[in-house]
Formats: sequence, C-alpha cells, structure tokens
Amino acid sequence: MAEQKDMVLEMENLNVKFVLEEETVEAVNGISLHMRTGETLGLVGETGAGKTTTALSILKLIDSPPGVLECDRMEVCGQDVLKMTTSELEHIRGSLVSMIFQDPMTSLNPVFTVGQQIAESLERHENLNKNDAWKKAEDMLELVGIPRERAIEYPHQFSGGMKQRVIIAIALACSPRLLIADEPTTALDVTIQAQILHLMKELKEKRNTSVIMITHDLGIVAETCDRVAVMYAGRIIETGNLDEVFNHTKHPYTEGLFNSLPNIKKRKHKLQPIHGLMPDPTNLPKGCAFAPRCNYATEACKERRPELMGFGGTHQAACLAYEQAGFHIERGKTNG
Amino acid sequence: MAKTMEQTTERKARGQVAEIWHQFSRNKGAMVGSFIVLVIAFIAIFADVLLDYDTQVVGQNVAERLQWPSAAHWFGTDELGRDIFFRILYGTRFSCSVGLVAVSIGLVIGVTLGAIAGFFGGALEEVIMRSTDILSAVPNMLMAIVIVSVLGQSIWNLMLAVGITSVPQFVRITRAAVLTVRNQEYVEASKAIGLTNGKIIFKHILPNCLSPIIVQATLRVASAIISASSLSFLGLGVPAPAPEWGSLLSGGRKYIRDYSYMTLFPGLAIMITVLALNMMGDGLRDSLDPKLKK
Amino acid sequence: MADTILEVRNLKKYFKTARGTLHAVDDVSFTIERGKTLGIVGESGCGKSTTGRAILRLLEPTDGKVFFNGIDITSLSNFKMRQMRREMQIIFQDPFSSLDPRKTVSQTIAEPIIENRLLKDKKAIEARVHELMDTVGLAQRLVNSYPHELDGGRRQRIGIARALAMEPKFIVCDEPVSALDVSIQAQILNLLQELKEKMGLTFIFITHDLSVVNHFADEIAVMYLGQLIEKAPTEELFDHPVHPYTRALLSAIPIPEVGIERPERILLKGEISSPIDPPEECRFAKRCIYTCETCRKSCPKLLEASPGHFVSCHLWKDFM
Repeated sequence: MAEQKDMVLEMENLNVKFVLEEETVEAVNGISLHMRTGETLGLVGETGAGKTTTALSILKLIDSPPGVLECDRMEVCGQDVLKMTTSELEHIRGSLVSMIFQDPMTSLNPVFTVGQQIAESLERHENLNKNDAWKKAEDMLELVGIPRERAIEYPHQFSGGMKQRVIIAIALACSPRLLIADEPTTALDVTIQAQILHLMKELKEKRNTSVIMITHDLGIVAETCDRVAVMYAGRIIETGNLDEVFNHTKHPYTEGLFNSLPNIKKRKHKLQPIHGLMPDPTNLPKGCAFAPRCNYATEACKERRPELMGFGGTHQAACLAYEQAGFHIERGKTNG
Repeated sequence: MAKTMEQTTERKARGQVAEIWHQFSRNKGAMVGSFIVLVIAFIAIFADVLLDYDTQVVGQNVAERLQWPSAAHWFGTDELGRDIFFRILYGTRFSCSVGLVAVSIGLVIGVTLGAIAGFFGGALEEVIMRSTDILSAVPNMLMAIVIVSVLGQSIWNLMLAVGITSVPQFVRITRAAVLTVRNQEYVEASKAIGLTNGKIIFKHILPNCLSPIIVQATLRVASAIISASSLSFLGLGVPAPAPEWGSLLSGGRKYIRDYSYMTLFPGLAIMITVLALNMMGDGLRDSLDPKLKK
Repeated sequence: MADTILEVRNLKKYFKTARGTLHAVDDVSFTIERGKTLGIVGESGCGKSTTGRAILRLLEPTDGKVFFNGIDITSLSNFKMRQMRREMQIIFQDPFSSLDPRKTVSQTIAEPIIENRLLKDKKAIEARVHELMDTVGLAQRLVNSYPHELDGGRRQRIGIARALAMEPKFIVCDEPVSALDVSIQAQILNLLQELKEKMGLTFIFITHDLSVVNHFADEIAVMYLGQLIEKAPTEELFDHPVHPYTRALLSAIPIPEVGIERPERILLKGEISSPIDPPEECRFAKRCIYTCETCRKSCPKLLEASPGHFVSCHLWKDFM
C-alpha cells in the first residue's frame, strides 16, 4: 500500500511542556512519529495522554506561552516545519495538513453559510476566484454526501452528523497530504459514527491521504487504521501494525486497556479494570509512568524509564519487564 | 485538568466558619479592607463618645471659617468655621448606616425575588421581571424622591427609598445566576434525595450564585451613599446641619475653586469606605469558593 | 407471577416548544422484576434519559402511570413522593455537574441522611458516611475534599455513595460511565455490579453504548424517537435482533479485534428525524431500508414475537 517511499510526516523526539505560574505540565515527553503516504495511524490513549497536544504540535498550533515545544526534527512532506515563518505555517495549514476536531457543534462559524466556509480555504490556498471556489465547495459537499443545494444553508440548519460531514469537506477541500482527525466521531451516535467512518475511509482511499486518527476507542482503530500507537502520560508505550498490537500485545497498559473494554462479542467475561489513576502530568514519576498501576512492576520500574524496544517487524513497546528472559503477559499468551 | 488528577494530602476537617476564616485570613487585601471597615464601624458606633455633637460638629465659629488644613484643623474648616475632620468622623454614622441598611434592604428583597423568578420560572417569573422593568424604568432619583415625599422625611425613609431603588439590579443579577445554576445536575440530584424547593434554593442554588451578588452589593454601598447624599442635597435626606458625607461634598461644591479641600476630604472618605468594602467583598467571595482553596 | 418491582404503563412526556409539541417519551410501557437490571439503549434524542427522570418524577410525566411496589407513584403528593424517593434513586451521567462544587465529599454523602432524618446522632452520621465511602471504594482521606479536586471516577463514586445513603431498592443509572475513560469506566461498572449483587438492587441502566449494557443488563429495551421498539432478554437481543434499527445499531459498534470476521455493517441512511409533532407512521420509516406502504400508514404496536421478546415493527414476521 505504501509502495512509494515518500514520507508525509517525520517527527523525532517531540517534547511539549506547558509552563504555568505554579507548575509545569509535561504533556508530551519524547514522541517520534513517521508516516507514509496513504497510511492511517491510530493514536490511542485516555484523557490527558497527550494525543491532542501531539497532533496540534504538527501544525505548531500550541499557544506559546504557556506552551514550550521542543523537537529534534519535524518535517511534513519534506518541509521543515520547525524553521517555518508564521505565514509559511499558515500556508501549509489547510493545504498540506488539515485537521478535524472533535466537536462538530462548535467547529463551524454560525454566521457564514457552509458553502462560504468551504470556499474560504479554497480561495486562500488554491488561488481560485469566488465563482470557481464556490463551485468546488459544492462539489466537496456532494463528495461527503450532502446535496449541493445545501451550500447556501447555515450550520444551525444541519444536524450533528451533517456538520461533521461539512467539516470533513472543509478539511479535504485543498487535498491535504495529511489529515489529522481528533476524535472525529466521539460526539456522534453509533449509527452516525458508522456513516462518518465509512465516508472517511472511502475518501482516504480515493485521494490517498494519510490520516492520523486520534481516538480512545480501540474498536475504531481496529476498523479504520493500518498502524497504531498507544500513548500513556505523554509517551508512546507501544506501537506496531494492528495484528502486532491487538493480537500480540506486549505492554501491560495496552493489555489493561483491552481487559477493561466491554466487548460485545464476549458477553459474560468479567471486566478487569486498571486500578488507580493516570499520573499527574505536573509531577510524573521518575521511572515508568505506568509502574504505580502495573501488576508486573518491579523496583527497577520505579527507578528507570523504559525506552521503546523492538519485538520484530514494526512492533515496539516500552516496558522493562522484557529485560527478564521469558516474560510475557496474559493477553499475549491467550490470544497470540 | 492537571489539577483534578489526584489530591494527595488529606484536607483537615474544619468547621465551615473556621474554614472560611482560614481562607479569608490568608488574603491580604481582604484583611486590610476588613480592618478599615472595622475602624469605620467603630467610629460610627462611638461617634457620640468621641465627639461632642453640639460644639464640635454643628457648632459654628465664623472666626475660623474657610481655613486650609492645619495642625488645629486637620482637614480645614468650612464656610461656617466647622472642623471638617470632625464632621467627617461624625458623618460616618449617617453615611455608612444609610449605605449598609439601604443595600441590605435591596439585597434581601432583590435576591429573594430574583431567586424565585429564576427557580420557578413561568408566570411568576414574568410578573417579577416585568415589575422590575417598570421599577427600573423610573429614574432612581425620582423614585426615591417620591418614596421619601410620601413617607415623610427621616433617615429611615431615606434608607428605604435608596434600598428600593437598588432592588431591580439585585433581582436581575440573582435571576441570571440562578438560571445557570438551576440547570446543573446537582440541583436535580438534590431533588432526587428528597429536598424541598426551599432547601434546594438555600442550600444548593444561592451558595453557588454568591460571587456576582457579593460584588454587586459592595458596589451598591458606594452608590447608595451617593444617592443618599443627593437626596440630602435636595433637602429630602438627613436634615441640614447633620454632617452627612454627601451633604459635605455638595456643600463644598461652591468653594471647589478656592477651597478644594472641602470636597477632597469627604470624597476621600467615601472612596476609602467603598474600596475597603470592595476588598472585603472580594476576599469573602474567594474564601467562600472552594475551587480557590489551597 | 414474577415479583415485579416497577411497572411503567403508557408513560408519556411531552414538552411544549415554539415549533410544536416535542414527543420526548411517547407511550412507553414495561415492567422490571426485583433484582434485575433493565438496560435502556438508544441514541441521543431517543428519550431514554427523559424516561428515567419521568419514572422518578424528576420530570412530571404528561400522562401514564408508574407503579413502584404496586403503588401508583404518579398520584402521590409531593410530600409522599419525597418519602418514596428514599426507595428510588438516580446516578447521573456527568460527574462534573452532578455534585455541588461547594460541598465536601462528606457533606454531599451525608446530606440525604440528614435531610431524611435517617440518623440524628452526629457520630452515627459520620460513621455511616465512612461506611458508605468504604462501600464505593473512596479512601477515607478524601472525606473533606471538594469535587473539583477529584477525578471523574472518584466523583462518580461520590454520586453512587449519595444514592446508596438511603438504602434504596431501585436505582436509575443515567449513562453513569459515558463521561469516563475506559479504564475508569470498567472500575465503575464492576462496582455497580458488585453493589447490585450485594444489596439486591434493581437497576435501570440507561446508555447509548450497547457493549456496556451487554455486560450489565438482564434485559434490554431499545428506544427510538420516544418509543420502545424492541425489548428482550440480553442474549436473545444480541443473538436474534428483530427490529431493523436494533440490527443496524448492533452492527455499527466497532469491535476492538483484528483478524476476525466482521459482521456485515448495515449503514443507515440519514439521521434521527424530528420528535416535534411526529407524523402517524412508523417512527423509523424514513431511515429503514424495508419501509413499505403499511409502515407509512400507521405506527406499529409493541408485540410479543417470541416469549419475552417484544418488538414494534409491521414486518417483524419477515425478520424472525
């Protein structure tokens, strides 16, 4: 699928901190992401894991201050984002990289028609005149399954699912190479979610766009993504292709996530929640951030922070337990 | 978000009042404000003991008229030779009591009506809000004049008049605050555990509406003092020789070009009082809000 | 005759709006047996939360009756109803707005005990609060904390403790875990399951997430646009859904597994239609792929398709 070797995104060692008056929130702590054309990456994690911050960093949309962004390398389609001026950044936002936000209710401007809002970015990025931009905007609406006559309507005349379609139309209007979708269906009902996911998958294949799908729902990842990266406390703790992560789970946190998920196919099995809470990002533990909640944690885990290590193929996980020979976790054993 | 993660230390159990005092006492501005308010209250209560009303406050001494501030007369003297410092001290009694009592009247009536309108809604709300609109359509001063003329001239009627003119603002502010709090799930939750409407309003809704009400109340004290003084100026408030701050201020107006101190000091007195009340009010509001606790 | 704790008969809740009458709950009837859990499932705007609140009379029903232990609670006076609420409690969806921000954990949990004069002695109330905190798994050191200092899971535990304070027999859980992260969600679900077994509670569990109720409920009722369209024991509903909407709903759930054979997804067209003055036809007709003449003419009644399995669809025989 990713036959051409051209990379859409190369990000090395991203760190994002928010320096507040009394404390420093360490939101992202050393994340590297690489994406090829046409690939879909699922970025999974719970509230506060740093998923959205990572995504916003790609477009340098972190407010500074209080945000402090440090990164060794960040290239979008071979262009160095870190060295870009504000106007260059504005140019790639929406044309090379665009973003879909979680809440369709607040992402559209209520005083402009949806047609105007789609045409706006076309006029800006594609240098189209008003008429052509409007025509293309109508085409985009049709592409996302909305009749083109509705371009003259205002956002409040659309339902939640329809609004999210409009937002997808805006995001895809300038044929971006990379689409970042931040929980695009969380605010929607399941039947509408199914429609939207179906639409995104279709469009992605048609246009060969790379997608970063940010979500907390492992089900969505299983159905839409090629690769997955699981985040915890601002780090990637396990990554690999779907089969590797889902069927040969290595990290105890990923295992915990699967075990606490009510699964429609396994009715009577008892849920096994992860005990405890996410660590406070203003006061992260010295060792592995997951150690206080981990059933396999040893003294070493509290002292030393694990780095990602390879498990063959693209599979990587950050867990010290694998330094002992023969260590394996329950889920890996039963399912793998 | 970060803050909500985990509270690691145990909060000590304190009584409600002790807890509020603990928070309040950590706020420097609030402490300074309350100190000034206490001093003012002390002066107001013991004005009779500190000063001899007939000789020091209203006694005229034409020989010493219009003197600039000096060691003998700290704030100078007025056109009838009365010591402005003493008059301001004694005036505390009138002005502050008018301010506080008038605002209390407005507060009690306004908050009650506002809470009822906001909580129950419907026809009751319509009646209350439209009456409020009518009341606020009449200019405050005119309304106060009417009330004082009808009821007769006395300091109590003055307080009542000024109090009633401040009712509409309290109604509006309270209603707006109640409307936002009323739709919170914890109000429904308290209904689910069997609380009566009255208890829901007093235990859950009003405490969560306090901030805007307290701020409004401290600000209204200032305008009440000014309104009372305007009425005094029109001869409808505290009768003439009594040293009410507003009448001192308006009395000095004629001499403002040559003897500016006559308006400066009463003005300062009003300003300091209002500022102190405001600082105290802010501190009170913050110490009543658990989200700001450390 | 089964031991019925709650019977809802022709419950209706309409709201007057500027554009017409909103039929939030339109003629819903069901019964729950003591000690069982009924899951009410549906998408936003289907009236599931309104149903839960109308049963407790937190919203006054427009029409219909609710019998609790044989007593018609819709005809009780406000005073009697307040007493009845000791037996019938609710756990709310949003642990961020269902707790008074100005009350500490212990004040919140103690409030129902004090207000209903269940205990008078200060020491006894304190002991009871501690006991309740233990029951729901809240550490004692949090007794004087304020809600904003705690995470969503802990807040939800406070809400549960408050509901349990009066030793109710019946609890409506209104989306109790949908605002929580997966790992915390599992903690709360397990806690509710434990409490149910230990105290013999009866639950109505309202949710939009079918995978959550399949763990929890003995029976599931599916709602669509204010109406109950299918009700069956959990396994039966998951294995043999009849109503086209239920089948679409089930197929829309993303399954977090790789390398399995996925059931064919039924994509519904369009979105839920307006609940304001709905026309006299099957409420689902506009989105249904099987819609025929009959569906557009009348609203189907809830019928027993097989023992214990109720469905409201004109064409149910074709889908069995």
